[in-house]
Amino acid sequence: MNNRSNHSISKMIEEKASNRGMTKFAEGLMPKVFLTCALISILTTVGIVLTLIFETFSFFQEVQVAEFITSSDWYPLHGDPSYGIRPLITGTLMIAAIAMLIAIPIGLASAIFLSEYASDKTRRMVKPILEVLAGIPTIVYGFFALTFVTPLLQNIIPGLSIYNALSPGIVVGIMIIPMVASLSEDAMSAVPQSMREGAFALGSTRFEVAVKVVLPAALSGIIASFVLAVSRAIGETMIVTVAGGSNPTTSMDVTSAVQTMTAYIVQVTLGDAGYGTTEYYSIYAVGMTLFIFTLVMNVIAHIISKRFREVY
Amino acid sequence: MRAVGDETATGYTQGKGKNAANISSREIKSKLFKGLFIGATGFSLIVLLVLLIRIFTQGIGFLSWDFLTSFPSRRPADAGIYSAFIGTIWMMAVTAPVSFVLGVGTAIYLEEYAPKNRFTGLIQMNISNLAGVPSIVFGLLGLTIFVRELSLGRSVLAGGFTMALLILPIIVVASQEAIRSVPAELKEASYGMGATKWQTTYRIVLPAALPGILTGNILALSRAIGETAPLIMIGALTYVAFLPEHLLSQFTVMPIQIFNWTSRPQEEFHFVAASGIILLLVMLLVMNSIAVWIRNKFQKRL
Repeated sequence: MNNRSNHSISKMIEEKASNRGMTKFAEGLMPKVFLTCALISILTTVGIVLTLIFETFSFFQEVQVAEFITSSDWYPLHGDPSYGIRPLITGTLMIAAIAMLIAIPIGLASAIFLSEYASDKTRRMVKPILEVLAGIPTIVYGFFALTFVTPLLQNIIPGLSIYNALSPGIVVGIMIIPMVASLSEDAMSAVPQSMREGAFALGSTRFEVAVKVVLPAALSGIIASFVLAVSRAIGETMIVTVAGGSNPTTSMDVTSAVQTMTAYIVQVTLGDAGYGTTEYYSIYAVGMTLFIFTLVMNVIAHIISKRFREVY
Repeated sequence: MRAVGDETATGYTQGKGKNAANISSREIKSKLFKGLFIGATGFSLIVLLVLLIRIFTQGIGFLSWDFLTSFPSRRPADAGIYSAFIGTIWMMAVTAPVSFVLGVGTAIYLEEYAPKNRFTGLIQMNISNLAGVPSIVFGLLGLTIFVRELSLGRSVLAGGFTMALLILPIIVVASQEAIRSVPAELKEASYGMGATKWQTTYRIVLPAALPGILTGNILALSRAIGETAPLIMIGALTYVAFLPEHLLSQFTVMPIQIFNWTSRPQEEFHFVAASGIILLLVMLLVMNSIAVWIRNKFQKRL
C-alpha cells in the first residue's frame, strides 16, 4: 500500500512536470487574452468618436458650420435644403423637460417612500415591480403613448394633434421614474442611520427627518440621478419616433408635432437617402450633437456624485 | 413617585401648550406627506397595470398559432411574426456568445489581472461612459463599421455584433460584481495548494462567480431583445417574408416588426402590434424568471 501511494505520487509529479510547459503557456497567454477583451471596450469608444468625427466632417464640407449652429430651419428634404440644428434641439429638450416634470417629483417621492417609510417587506415587493417597469422595451412604451396616452389626452385637450410633444414626453417620464427612484433611493439609503436617530431623538417627525436630514445629506446623489435621467431622456428614440411626429420646429407648443434628434436619425434611415448624400451625412452631425449632449450630462453627473458627496 | 412624575408632565405640557399644538400639526403634515409618497409610488404600479391590461385586451384576439407561424402580410388578419421571431433568435445566437466572451473576459482582466494604474482606471471609466451612450449612437457605429467598413451588409452578423457592443457594459459590470463577491479565502486556499493564477481563476473563481455572471448576462440579453433603434440604424428590414439562412442574410427582429405595425395608420395593425408585444413581453418574462431562479438557487451557497 505504501508502495502504491508512493507510486501514484511520483506519477502525479511526473504528470505535473510534463504539464508544466502547458501551464506556463496558459499562464502567460491568458492575461493577454483578457487584456484584448478589455481593449475592445476602449476600441468601441474610439470607434464611436472617430465615426462621428469623420462623417460629421464630410457633412460640414457640404454645409456651413455656421448654418448648422445658427439657422433655425431644418428642411433637409426641401429643394433648397436648410440644415439648422436648433429645431431638433428644441424638440429634444422639450420632450426631456416634460419627462423630468413627471419623473422628478414622482421618482423622488417614490425614493423617499422606499427609503424612509416602507417596511422591508413592502420594499421587497415594490422594487421588483419598478424593475419590471424599467425593463419594458421602449417600443412598447411608444405603442402605449400613441394608442393610449395620446387619445386619453385628446379627451382633455381638444386641440391635441395625433403626433405631439406632450404624450411622448409624459411616457418618457414614466419610463425614467424607476431610474430616478432607484438611484435616489441608493443615495438616501447610504445616509447613516445614526443621523436619522439623532433627528428622531430631538423630536422630529418622520417627514422632517426625511426632508430636513436625509434629503440634504443625500443631495449630491439625488441630483446626479436627475442629470443621468435627463441624459437618458435626451437619448430616447422609439417613444418619440412613434408618438412625437416628424415636424422639426422651434415652436414651444406641446400640443403639436415635433421632431427630436433621435427621431430625425430614424426618419432618414427609414427613408431612401442614398449613401454619400448630404442627407445621409446629416445623421452623423445630428448623432454627434446628441453624443456631446449625453456625454456632457454623464460627466456632470459623475462630477456631482464624486465631488459633492458628503462622506460620513 | 408616580404623582410627582405626572405633575411634572402636566406642568410641562401646560407650559409648552403652544408647542404641543405645533407637534400635532407637524404630525398631520408628516402623515399627509406619507400618503403623498405612497401615492407617487402607487402611480408607477398603476401605470404598469394599465399598460399590461391595455396590451393584453388589444392583442389577445390576434394571438394564435397562425400568428406565430405566418410571415408579415398587408392584410392584418393574415399578418404573423414568424420571420421576426426567428430573426430575433438568430441575432441572439450571435450576440450571446460574443458579448459573453468579451464581457466576462474584460471583467476577469479588471478584477484579477489589471494593475492598479491610470490605464486600468481609464478602462473602468470608459465602460461606465459607454453605458450612458444612447443606443442609437451604437446604431451609427454599427452602420459605419460593421455594415460599411467591414462589408458585412445589413446582416444578422452586423446586427448581432452591434447589439453585443451595446450590452457589453452591463455584462462587464455584473460580472465584475460577481467575481468580486467570491470570498478571498477560496482563492488563497487555491494558491496555498500551489495553483497558479489562471488555474485559480478558471477552477475556483469562475465556477463560484458563474451564477452571478449568468444572471447578469441573461438580463443584458433581455435588454438586447427589446432594443429597436440600433437595428433600425443598421438596416434590419421592416418587411421580411423570408427566414435568415446564414449569418450574412438580411433579417428583421420582433421590436422592429412591432414598430412597423405600430406606425401603420390602420387600427387593425395596432392590434397585431399588441399581439407581437405580448409575445415579446412573454419572452422577457421567461428570461427574467430564469435569471431570478439562478440567482435564488445559487445565492445561498457562498
